[in-house]
Amino acid sequence: MSGDSELRTILSDQVNRLLADRVGKGVLEAAEAGAPQDQLWQAIEENGLPMVLVPEDRGGVGGGWGEAEVVIRAAGKYLAPVPLVESILAGWLLSNVGLEMPLAPISIAPVRADEALSITKDGGGYRISGMATRVPWGRSVERLAIFGRCEGEPYVALVDSDAWTVELEDRNIAAEPRDSLRFNGPAVAAAPLPDSINPDRLFAFCAMARASQIAGALEMALEQSVQYANDRSQFGTPIGKFQAVQQELARMAGEVAAAGAAVEAACRAADRVGSGAGFELATAKIRASEAASIVASIAHQTHGAMGFTYEHSLHFATRRLWSWRAEFGSETYWAEHLGRSLAAHGGAALWTHLVGRA
Amino acid sequence: MHSFRFEPADLPPEAEAVRADIRAFLDKNLADYPAAMRARSWSGFDPEFSAKMGQAGFLGMTFPKQYGGHGKTAFERYVMLEEVLAAGAPVAAHWTADRQSGPLILEFGTEEMKQRIIPRITKGEILFCIGMSEPDSGSDLASVRTRATRTNGGWLINGSKIWTSGAHIVDYMIGLFRSDSNVERKHDGLSQLLIDLRNTDGISIRPIKNLAGEEHFNECVFEDAFVPDENLIGTAGQGWSQVMAELAFERSGPERYMSSYQLILELLNAVSKETTPAGAIAVGRLVAHLATLRNMSISVAAKLQAGEDPALDGSVIKELGTLFEQSVPLITHQTMEREPSPDHGDDLGRTLAYVTQAATSFSVRGGTREIVRGIIARGLGLR
Repeated sequence: MSGDSELRTILSDQVNRLLADRVGKGVLEAAEAGAPQDQLWQAIEENGLPMVLVPEDRGGVGGGWGEAEVVIRAAGKYLAPVPLVESILAGWLLSNVGLEMPLAPISIAPVRADEALSITKDGGGYRISGMATRVPWGRSVERLAIFGRCEGEPYVALVDSDAWTVELEDRNIAAEPRDSLRFNGPAVAAAPLPDSINPDRLFAFCAMARASQIAGALEMALEQSVQYANDRSQFGTPIGKFQAVQQELARMAGEVAAAGAAVEAACRAADRVGSGAGFELATAKIRASEAASIVASIAHQTHGAMGFTYEHSLHFATRRLWSWRAEFGSETYWAEHLGRSLAAHGGAALWTHLVGRA
Repeated sequence: MHSFRFEPADLPPEAEAVRADIRAFLDKNLADYPAAMRARSWSGFDPEFSAKMGQAGFLGMTFPKQYGGHGKTAFERYVMLEEVLAAGAPVAAHWTADRQSGPLILEFGTEEMKQRIIPRITKGEILFCIGMSEPDSGSDLASVRTRATRTNGGWLINGSKIWTSGAHIVDYMIGLFRSDSNVERKHDGLSQLLIDLRNTDGISIRPIKNLAGEEHFNECVFEDAFVPDENLIGTAGQGWSQVMAELAFERSGPERYMSSYQLILELLNAVSKETTPAGAIAVGRLVAHLATLRNMSISVAAKLQAGEDPALDGSVIKELGTLFEQSVPLITHQTMEREPSPDHGDDLGRTLAYVTQAATSFSVRGGTREIVRGIIARGLGLR
């Protein structure tokens, strides 16, 4: 067995306790209505959670993806309505290029495979220009970690909100902000991405983080569904006693387990081979996004009409699942990506490739 | 509620070392083995090949050396298994003996029986089948009615067993019989007996052709078939718990997600020749599932090796694995615009023809999907 690191166990206890205590239905409803979640964010920041991938000598937790994963999964499970996952990714991007991670809610841009921002040298500093759509929490953050090209080279920049204007306040199905930002201003700092990191893989790491969040929300949907099946009685017995319901919930449990396993495998590979983990990163998003659809469907069927109300809390998980399965590339996007790279080598190479992975 | 976490685990270096050996063996012995035969996966029956596996040391890998085994770890055997499945080697003849009959005898058999039977399994000299289901007992296995009645020096068997794959060819059956009808619970009063199929009077075996035209399984009818005392396995009346232990050997291994592997391979070959978006998506999706199932299965193997009881996790592998195996012919069909052609097709067409038909059985054999989901539901706290 690989065995969990002590840090991972400590973080897991810490983040699950914190979010279970602080993110309830009231908070989720208020967040959807647009109320800022400053207290929640403060508690998260006091526990150092956004800094999980930032090295200790830069004031961070110094964890790897295995440690980040427990935080991200918990953020997904408790549906935390703050940019925690985006902040973890920002901390990772900034640390990779040796920039300081600020203590503030921070997100990342661009988040779509077909968008690019340009970074230009300007006197002694850098300027950012271009347009990024669907930026998570764009309107709510004061900082962004930006990926872009500067004179053709991959760069990461830290920018504050002076450098952009919010062109469109948009949202995903779960009412999480997904805003269009137009950039035209100076960077706080910028630095080139080291050769050790493949710039084409940054998007895949973000996809894996979303996959981990999905894995968390899947756990929530399963727990709620099992609870509901035990609580709700029809024909004089809890509906969970009916084989028809049991069979579907067992199917659901399988999907939840597979998504979690795919994400854990991806984090392990990322910790071992960094950007070389492209196969596992793609696999995690394929498997988790696919599970999201099946699990959301069974969760709603189990909950009946009650699950279709806003009053019942199931939708906080399922609306996120329907959003997140599409973000940072759907299962179809990544399957095509993976399939093309496999097709380049043919059937004879497949097995060696599979068993030779990190 | 069970956690259903599959913690990532690695195959240890000594297990990885087996890979080169088994590949060299397979390269040598299967050089001209056609794709359409490889498609049969662990249903491919070839006693000669099984004997070669035994001679080369790939059977009874985990059995103790004192009984002719090789004293290796479950991980080392795992690598052998996944390599023979990846190659589509014809392993059906020895599969039952190596996977469950041998381990069952080692756990419950007498010393005399171990010495008599295990070395010959390890050499690939004797082959086994399973006698569990009956015409009226499938998923409700404890309802078996075929009787084992006490007689002088042994037992007389009367009744019938069905779906006994290979019974018309193999040497032994390990069967589950009702040895006591005066019990309150139907799970009590069952016994497991080792039956010498080739040298016992009163056994008639009728082949049952499957939908693909193959004759793998049978119905075995017993009429006063005599089984000597020394062929009782374990304790009379304790057959149920022994069978449950036996079935746990077979739910989480690589055969639970690799039965359609050859079709994935042929699909990938076709997509390599001409890469369309639909083809790439199909391949990417299938391989993502395959890689995830393999990780989960290795995680369960690690739990087994650590002495934990991963029965529930094994059921999750079987649930997901059989869904996956059955999705392969469907996705291939929907992607490739190919008519399955069993006799004169190319490798993809023939493989598709075989797997399309065989896939029906994947979620029935070794415990139906419904039974497996019932076990998972119990783990969820619903039963």
